[in-house]
Amino acid sequence: MHDLAPLTALGSSAPQRDTIGPVTITENPDRALASVAARLGQDAACTKALASVLGTSAPDVAQCVQGPALGAFWMAQHCWIVDGPYDLDDPQTDLAARLKAELGDMASVTDQSGAWVRFDVHGDGLGALFERLCNLDMARMTDGTARRTMIDHLGCFVLSHRGGNTVYGPRSSAQSLHHALITAARSAF
Amino acid sequence: MIINHPLLGPCDAQEFTYLGDARLIDRPDGMAGDAEDAFYHYAYLRDNPAGEHRELWFHEQGDRSWLVVTRNTVTHQITSVELARDVARKQGRGV
Repeated sequence: MHDLAPLTALGSSAPQRDTIGPVTITENPDRALASVAARLGQDAACTKALASVLGTSAPDVAQCVQGPALGAFWMAQHCWIVDGPYDLDDPQTDLAARLKAELGDMASVTDQSGAWVRFDVHGDGLGALFERLCNLDMARMTDGTARRTMIDHLGCFVLSHRGGNTVYGPRSSAQSLHHALITAARSAF
Repeated sequence: MIINHPLLGPCDAQEFTYLGDARLIDRPDGMAGDAEDAFYHYAYLRDNPAGEHRELWFHEQGDRSWLVVTRNTVTHQITSVELARDVARKQGRGV
């Protein structure tokens, strides 16, 4: 049996945290992701079933929601990404398998956990930071907004919620995205 | 240039990629008797109007939707933006 040590997307054994001025950027490796895409003709049924899995209504256009255990954000019409806590010790918590069991033939479910890196950005002045990073209209990014955008040529999701902003970017470009966040923060503050 | 996305509102054209004439969604039937001629027209023949033009745009850095954008090729004024899915459904395709 191999004895492999898990590494974060940035290559460390512990998540990286950087505080620059009033803003803290934290890598968050503890989230499992799965995409849910309603199949043809199943839009309404899938939206309803997803709401019952989440424990809150499925996110509408450009929204993100947080239920008791799972959260979700809107990716495209009748297409969402669901995120939940990632527990390496318990294979029973495999998120995509759980969703597939609940949604059946209503939706195509794909495990996305290994595809994305997540950075949580907290603090004051997030508008000044993100205006340097992407062309989203930060004044319109109220709590519960989720948008896809480009950050340094990388297609990323930016989620705005009460605790700050969350950025999901391509995991294979984690260091490039981290560099972009750090550089913009140093420029802003 | 700003494209007023039907779902997401005004978006920078930088987020989109351009495909071409919106007639590309009307792919001919490859099994029909006149398929060869129809595909010749479909693949090679385009109008190149100086004025209003219906064209396909892909929201690559957004929600990955295909849009049918009506744009004036002289002034770049955009008069209508629809989801390509809705356009196809109006033609009786899909569900």
